[in-house]
Amino acid sequence: MTILNRKVFRELARMRGQVIAITLVMACGIMLYVSSRHTYISLLKSQESYYATYRFADVFAGVKRAPASAAEEIARIPGVSSVRTRIVMDVNLDVPGLDEPATGRLVSMPERRRPVLNDVAIQEGRYPAVGRPEEVIISEAFAKANGLAPDDRIGAVINGRQKALRVVGIGLSPEYVYEVQGTGSIFPDNLRFGVIWMARDALGAAFDMEGGFNDLSVALSSDARELDVIDRMDLVLEPYGSTGAYGRGSQISHRFLMDEIIGLSVSSNFTPAVFLGIAALLLHIVFSRMVRAQRDQIAIMKAFGYNYLTIGWHYLKFAFLAITGGTLLGIVGGFLLGRPLTALYQDYYRFPDLVYELNYEVIALAAVISVSAAFLGTLHALRSAMSLPPAEAMRPDSPAHFRPLAMERLGVHQMLTPVWRMIFRNMERKPVKTLLSAFGIAMAVAILVMGRFTFDSIEYLIDYQFRTVQRDDAAVVFAGPRPARARFELSHLPGVVRSEPYRAVPVRLRAGHIAKQTAINGLDPAGELRQLIDRDGQALTLPPEGVVLTRTLADLLAVREGDLVDVEVLEGSRMQGRLPVSLLVDELIGISAYMDNRALNRFLGEGSTISGAYLSVDPLRADALYRTLKETPAVAGVAVREAVIKGFEDSIAESTSATTFTLTVFACIIACGMVYNGARIALEERNREMASLRVLGFTEREISVVLLGEQAIVTLMAIPIGFLIGWGLCYLAVNATAQELYRMPLVITGKTYAFAFLVVSAAAVVSAYVVHRQLRHLDMIGVLKVQE
Amino acid sequence: MSTVQTEPVFRARSISKVYRMGEVDVSALRGVDLDLYAGELAVFLGASGSGKSTLLNILGGLDVPSGGQVFYREREMTGADESERTGFRRRSVGFVFQFYNLIPSLTALENVELVTEIAEDPMPAEDALSLVGLQPRMHHFPAQMSGGEQQRVAIARAIAKRPEVLLCDEPTGALDYTTGKRVLEVIEKVNSTLGTTTAVITHNAAIADMADRVIRLRSGEIVEEYANKAKKRPDELSW
Repeated sequence: MTILNRKVFRELARMRGQVIAITLVMACGIMLYVSSRHTYISLLKSQESYYATYRFADVFAGVKRAPASAAEEIARIPGVSSVRTRIVMDVNLDVPGLDEPATGRLVSMPERRRPVLNDVAIQEGRYPAVGRPEEVIISEAFAKANGLAPDDRIGAVINGRQKALRVVGIGLSPEYVYEVQGTGSIFPDNLRFGVIWMARDALGAAFDMEGGFNDLSVALSSDARELDVIDRMDLVLEPYGSTGAYGRGSQISHRFLMDEIIGLSVSSNFTPAVFLGIAALLLHIVFSRMVRAQRDQIAIMKAFGYNYLTIGWHYLKFAFLAITGGTLLGIVGGFLLGRPLTALYQDYYRFPDLVYELNYEVIALAAVISVSAAFLGTLHALRSAMSLPPAEAMRPDSPAHFRPLAMERLGVHQMLTPVWRMIFRNMERKPVKTLLSAFGIAMAVAILVMGRFTFDSIEYLIDYQFRTVQRDDAAVVFAGPRPARARFELSHLPGVVRSEPYRAVPVRLRAGHIAKQTAINGLDPAGELRQLIDRDGQALTLPPEGVVLTRTLADLLAVREGDLVDVEVLEGSRMQGRLPVSLLVDELIGISAYMDNRALNRFLGEGSTISGAYLSVDPLRADALYRTLKETPAVAGVAVREAVIKGFEDSIAESTSATTFTLTVFACIIACGMVYNGARIALEERNREMASLRVLGFTEREISVVLLGEQAIVTLMAIPIGFLIGWGLCYLAVNATAQELYRMPLVITGKTYAFAFLVVSAAAVVSAYVVHRQLRHLDMIGVLKVQE
Repeated sequence: MSTVQTEPVFRARSISKVYRMGEVDVSALRGVDLDLYAGELAVFLGASGSGKSTLLNILGGLDVPSGGQVFYREREMTGADESERTGFRRRSVGFVFQFYNLIPSLTALENVELVTEIAEDPMPAEDALSLVGLQPRMHHFPAQMSGGEQQRVAIARAIAKRPEVLLCDEPTGALDYTTGKRVLEVIEKVNSTLGTTTAVITHNAAIADMADRVIRLRSGEIVEEYANKAKKRPDELSW
């Protein structure tokens, strides 16, 4: 080993505290990068292989009832490579052990197993036997949530008749990677919603669909143009009560999965970049200090004939060695962390098997990134080491030059003790260093704010949507439109305190060339269980005429209050008309539209007809009510609000707390690293001043103020900056995910700010204490006897 | 001033100091007996490594001896712990070093105030500075002053608490002839006007001429000690 290399190792060993800080921050950044990148690639590959193996369709359409000939016609459309017709029906289920009714989506399967579009991946059990109409496969998420296994039985109300179904298999489908009912309920509620695959003949007979279908999936050839195919399909299906064909882009499971994958791709680049920036910042601070302290050594080396390249390489080696540990730790840790992280997605996105394998490209890129961070961080120090003329370097560094600064001009210094003046002047003299340190700690604060923001935002979203907008305890959906008097039958059921009817009708709204598919909800103008809210949280009155749009929907259609929208009804009469936009409301979920139910009835040219009712329920009699509703054939589904909220909160809590925990640990590492390094450097730079103070009779505790006062101020300064940055990051996150399905509100609670404040302060105090202990070894005599 | 009538401020009895330098023990002091009397100006002469700085550091409570006893007035300092020694330095001792060790981020006045703030009965910081002739420059930062001026600020800082003893370790070591003499004048002035017991360490034998008493050390032992009959003013010194 050359002498210079020996110097590198010995000095790294001496600086081990700082090297550990850099290592940990670097390890966090690389770990985040490697794990989230692996998770991203894993999800993408799993999706790709899943879709290919189980033939996920490209275009989808629902109709009321169409004959087989319509499917043949669609198969002839250029670009269509295969067509699958199905019968799909939502029914009320009676699940053993579950008080409330659950909704089952019955999906027809071929009598004998053969490869079809949107096939089922059987995870357990078997395919239903031929001639056994009661045998079904149920979706895995539903089975797990309800503890169902093959050979269990569930009851279903099929076309008004109670039927017992026998579970023979547990399955998954690319159509339900994210398993939600759709429109309105966008969060998985696996306890109360499940997919049930059963033989087509049994289903056809039960719903009088023999020879016909109500659902169509189409696979496209590689050269097909999706929009053309959709247009032609709409033409063919129009007479059969089509609700409109749509591509994968509007398929709800696919959309959620893609949003998640894209989001992951963005965050897998962004968050690690923050950590690596901080690692570079730490390297910059530590190495600038090292080169300053080693001026005389550099001078000697230069005087002995080492050239500037050798010296530059010497210091670069420090940086590379300092990051090697962190990089290796990050790569190994990241790969290991990625697997459970990917598994967390399994709770929401179900794949038959997740492809998780080592990706060499990611590893190589991680190494490149960390080397670049090291290079960037040490650039300044390297430049000054290389350019230092030997004669100048032999002389001691010119003494710190202080001049009256802002503090003196403002006269603030008169209020401070000399010790605090020392602290402030030192900070004022090196504003860039002070700001960089503050920025590093601020990022730790920001990461904490961001980590907890998800909690805050979702809490608010739930509260807003499920307690302010939707105030009903349960929403009943009838199997089809019913006369208004059905409402009174509901209100006489046990436990019903109040019932408000609504009329919901699927529509396509069009303004200019933009069209959006949604439902118009006709509300009872005297109702209280559904509120229209504006962006300030004020309740609005339902206008007697015109259609009320959520602001997101209005933005998508590019319409304002007073504009006209074309309305195409997607059921029954399939009538078309035009309505004025009478009001805009703010909701966080979906793109709903509302009307006065009488105006809607008039627009549809029907008498008083309702689709269901919102109920206010006596909690003590709720169980009895839900049991009754479960057995009522006319009721297609019941959404129990608290159950929806609970299911959602349970499922979100696990993954959010894992993320928050990880981010908290990482933010602590950053805060500790920044404060520890700042204090360590202060200890080196100020040891002379502190020794002087000790000689003058200052106690250890008193001089630690000099050492740690600056770190305290920098930390306190960093916290509000961190709040601002954190807010900004949340703002970006909200806008990156603002979408039709749901919108994350930009809500950060005081609790979150307090949490970030406490965590960062605690991290700062702990690292300050570690450095404070080193004051005991301060050599008063030795320091003061040598020239500065 | 005659030294015999006054009581000793410091009494050192057979103090020794052994440093462990790696594998070997180095004896810096070998059984030194010494009294320092109130109000006197004592000069400690010796070559580098003679133990004079070690002796001063032990007297001033910066260091502890390996053996022997040190009394300050009636109190035995030998067993004092770190916080007692800190308190002692805070109340009773003023230090001046070869390198001035001023705080670069504080002005001359503030450097002095650093001490007056924690002392029990200090003189006004301005008075300390005018005693060393630096009142006009009191708002300057160390980097704006010459070495001699900085050393005078260091002396002002050392005496502002009205210490009973002023311990100066090579106070002129880093200064040129003229400024060095100016600093010695200030030390002499402090000693004569405030009556502060003063010990000056130097390797410069010419400085011994301004002392009341001269103590010469070699290899950790006192080899010569005498009262200076023909005391000179600093401006009469030359080397």
